[in-house]
Amino acid sequence: MKMTYVALKSLFSSPATANYPAEPKTYYPGTRGHIVLEVSTCTLCKICEIRCPTGAIQVDREGKAWSIERMKCIQCGFCVDSCPRKCLSNDPQYTSPASEKITDRLDVPYEPPKRKPKPETPPA
Amino acid sequence: MSNRTIIPFGPQHPVLPEPIHLDLVVEDERVIEAIPSFGFIHRGLERLVEKKDFQEFTFVAERVCGICSFIHGMGYCQAVERVMGITLPPRADYLRTFWAELSRIHSHLLWMGLVADAFGFENLFMNSWRIRENILDIVEETTGGRVIFGAAKIGGTRRDVTNDKLKEIGRTLKTIEAELHAITDVFEQDYSVQQRLRGIGILSREDAFDLGAVGPTLRGSGEPMDARCEGYAAYRDIEVEPIVESDCDSYARCMVRIREIYQSFDIIRQVLCRMPDGETEIKVKGYPNGEHFARLEQPRGEVLYYVKGNGTKHLDRFRVRTPTFANIPPLLKMLQGCDLPDVPVIVLTIDPCISCAER
Ligand code: SF4
Ligand code: SF4
Repeated sequence: MKMTYVALKSLFSSPATANYPAEPKTYYPGTRGHIVLEVSTCTLCKICEIRCPTGAIQVDREGKAWSIERMKCIQCGFCVDSCPRKCLSNDPQYTSPASEKITDRLDVPYEPPKRKPKPETPPA
Repeated sequence: MSNRTIIPFGPQHPVLPEPIHLDLVVEDERVIEAIPSFGFIHRGLERLVEKKDFQEFTFVAERVCGICSFIHGMGYCQAVERVMGITLPPRADYLRTFWAELSRIHSHLLWMGLVADAFGFENLFMNSWRIRENILDIVEETTGGRVIFGAAKIGGTRRDVTNDKLKEIGRTLKTIEAELHAITDVFEQDYSVQQRLRGIGILSREDAFDLGAVGPTLRGSGEPMDARCEGYAAYRDIEVEPIVESDCDSYARCMVRIREIYQSFDIIRQVLCRMPDGETEIKVKGYPNGEHFARLEQPRGEVLYYVKGNGTKHLDRFRVRTPTFANIPPLLKMLQGCDLPDVPVIVLTIDPCISCAER
C-alpha cells in the first residue's frame, strides 16, 4: 500500500533525470572537472610535476612547455594546492570522452631572469 | 543418501556489484556450506606506501573504496596525525564529521537500492537512488567530487564551507529527510519486503561476536558496538547511541541501516548547530615517526588503520582492515542452512564491498 503511494507520485511528477544532451549539465563552481594552466604566470618550477601523485604532468624547461596527460589525471587537485604561483586551477567542466589518450601541451612564455654577470674586480 | 551438489556463485553474478566467489554446497535446495575464494581484484594498495610520499598517499587511501571513500581518507589522515602529534583545529574536525555522516547516508541509500534490486523491487531501487542523488549533489557542491570527496588532508581539510552554505544545506537535508520517510516506510511495512527479509540469514548474537562481525551486521544481532563511541573527530562532543536490533535476521540488519540514516541526519544537524569558526587546517612540519592504530566507524562497520613511519617521507608500513573483510566469516555462517534463492539477498545484507576487502 505504501509503495502504491510512492509509485503514483513518481508517475505524476516530472522526471528526476535531466534530458541530458539536449539540456546541458550544470556543474557547481567548486567541482573538480579538469586542470587549467594560466601560462602567463607559470615559472616552469616543476613543483606540480613532483607533487602530482599519478605523474600526469610533465614540465619541459628546455622546450618551455607544460603538458598534462588528461587520462592519467585523477582530478585530485594536489597540483593546484602546491603551485607556488597559483597558476593552476580546477575548471568545473569535465573533459569530454575521447577514444585516444591525448596529451595537452601548452607553451609557456616564461623567461628565466638573466644572471647578472659578475662585476669584474676593479684593477687595483 | 543425500544428494550433494556444488553450485558456483560469482565472481560474476547479477546481484553482486563486485567479484567474490562462493562455492555453495547444496543438498536439494538447501545450502549446507559456503566456501569463499578471493583475490580477483587485488590491487596492492598497501605496498604503494613505499612509492608515494605520506601526503600523496591520502589520495590512494581514499581510493581503497569507491563508496566510503571519505572515511578511508579520514582514517589514514587521523592515524598519521596521531603519529605526528597533530591536533586539528575544531572546525576541521566538525567538517570531517559532517562529510563522514553524509557519506554514511549515501552509502546506506545505495545499499537500500541494491537490496531492493536483489529481491526484484525495481521501483524501490530507483527511488532510493533518486534520493541518494540529492545527497551526492550536496557532496559535490561542498567538496568538488561526487564519490571521491578529496577533502581530507593531513592537518585538516582541503576545503572550507561558508556558514551560509551550511545553513542552506541544513534546510535541504530537512526536505530530503521528509522525502526519505516514504521510502523507508516501504521497507518497514511492505509485505513483499518482509517476506524476503524476515527470518532469513540468522546470525545469533554469540556467533556474531565470536566470528568478529562489525557494523550493522553486528548491531543487527543485538550487540551494541559502534566505533564512533570512541569519540574521534567531532564525536567527542556529539553523543552517538549505537543502533541495535535484536532479531538477528536480514530484516534486523536492514532496519539498523535505515535507523542509522536518520541518526546521521540528526548528527549532521548537531554538527551544523555547533560548527565552530576558525581555521580548517594547520601546517604540517616534519615526517611521521612512530606507529598508530586508528579505529573509525564506516557505513559497513569498523575499519582499522595502521601506519608506521620511520622519520622519512615514505611510511614503513600501512595496513587497513576493512569491514567487509571482517564480515565474511559471519556471512558464511549465515549462509549455512538457507535456501538457495535467498543467497543473493543474504550476501547483500552484509553490504559487501569486495574491492575494499582486497585492497
Ligand atoms: S604550474 Fe605552478 S607549479 Fe607547475 S611549473 Fe608552473 S609555476 Fe611551477
Ligand atoms: S589534479 Fe592531481 S592527478 Fe591531476 S595533474 Fe593535478 S596533481 Fe596530477
